[in-house]
Amino acid sequence: MLEVLSFGPQGWGWQLLSGTLMTLAVAVSAFGTGVVFGAAGAAAKLSGNLPVRLVAEVYTTVIRGIPELLVIYLLFFGGNEAVTAVAQLFGYDGRVDLNAFTVGVLAVGLISGAYSTEVIRGAVRSVPPGQIEAARACGMGRFLTLRRILVPQTLRYALPGLGNVWQLTLKDTSLVSVTALAEIMRIAHTGAGSTRQYFVFYTTAAVLYLLLTSLSTAVFERAERRAMRGAVRV
Amino acid sequence: MNWDIMISSVPTLLSGVPLTVQLVGLGEILGLVIACLATWGRLSGNLAAVGVSRLYVFVFRGTPLLVQIYLIYYGLGQFPAVRESVLWPILREPYWCAILALALNTGAYTSEILRGAILTIPHGQVEAARACGMGRWLTFRRIIVPIAIRQALPAYGNEIILMVKASSLASIITLLEITGLARRLIPQTYAVFEIFIVAGLIYLGLNFAIAQAVRWAEWRLTPHLRARA
Repeated sequence: MLEVLSFGPQGWGWQLLSGTLMTLAVAVSAFGTGVVFGAAGAAAKLSGNLPVRLVAEVYTTVIRGIPELLVIYLLFFGGNEAVTAVAQLFGYDGRVDLNAFTVGVLAVGLISGAYSTEVIRGAVRSVPPGQIEAARACGMGRFLTLRRILVPQTLRYALPGLGNVWQLTLKDTSLVSVTALAEIMRIAHTGAGSTRQYFVFYTTAAVLYLLLTSLSTAVFERAERRAMRGAVRV
Repeated sequence: MNWDIMISSVPTLLSGVPLTVQLVGLGEILGLVIACLATWGRLSGNLAAVGVSRLYVFVFRGTPLLVQIYLIYYGLGQFPAVRESVLWPILREPYWCAILALALNTGAYTSEILRGAILTIPHGQVEAARACGMGRWLTFRRIIVPIAIRQALPAYGNEIILMVKASSLASIITLLEITGLARRLIPQTYAVFEIFIVAGLIYLGLNFAIAQAVRWAEWRLTPHLRARA
């Protein structure tokens, strides 16, 4: 029963391994995209400009309020048109076709970014204002204050929350399988269909996800311990 | 923006609301039962019960819901023993498989919420109940449950909203709830954005209603925190 999972000519071992790497690639890229969106979203939410704040507010409310699958369908079916329309604004006449990987990363990144926005916003708010004032008083400019005072402390406060966002992002990548991208879920589905060993393949997929999530929990715990090494323990 | 398609898609997509509500409602009820059992096992002190509950929570929180749905819908049917059992008429239906998967998934998250809520109960409250001569059951019913419900409610409200979003995955195993209908309308009309907007607004409306209901329940359950009129 388990020979279908072997690495031999009849087995699906190599495909499952490459699927795992693909899941990791999508998750890491989407998480990175999400942190960029999140930083921009947090900056927008904390800015004094009302329209900018409103746009960020709509972004997080909408993305966090509707199903992830719907967002993926939107980008899968509508992404090419949207990108082509933007390209035409810049005077490009041809059609732009996004591949499944880009669509997946954009969709999951957009979702991840909405959650990251809230995490980063909370982390920025928990940097004591006195620190910023002290930096100003020492004669630091805006950029220097950002680089030396705000960003290092924000990262430290944001780390536990970002760890949760990473877990969500990792699990959301499974939905990208509807676009036929060959990640864990897609391989498991194909393998299950062609060998009729549904239970074996989906259990394997579950085990692979469990490995990825527990491994990343351990990594984030280490990172948190390292980030907190200077903090006073109560 | 094609307004005609947008308006004509409204009744079709709205017709998916009852199914979404059923999936969420039944899943949430069954999930709450599972969560109570898991929390009870986790806090029981019995080594085997603690182990089983921890394993359950670890597996269902560590894997995507999609895997769980596929495992229940396709995976269980692989075994002749399951196909010949009395449960087959239920496990054959995508409807019940989706509800079972949603319930098991939300049960794992809810049990952690309940565990957290029970652990925040001040020890003195339980001691005071004991000192008043209350038995285990009476303490549970009069002291632990009321405080735990108040504690758990905000997080549980979030969990229900996550569940509404999660119910969209039922469309992958052929159920035509809101997302399933949207998925079917898109290739028929080529109006991706219009349909996305309508479906998105329906979900936002559902989630807004749930958030308001939870807020109302919270207000009702915390009269001691309100200013006296």
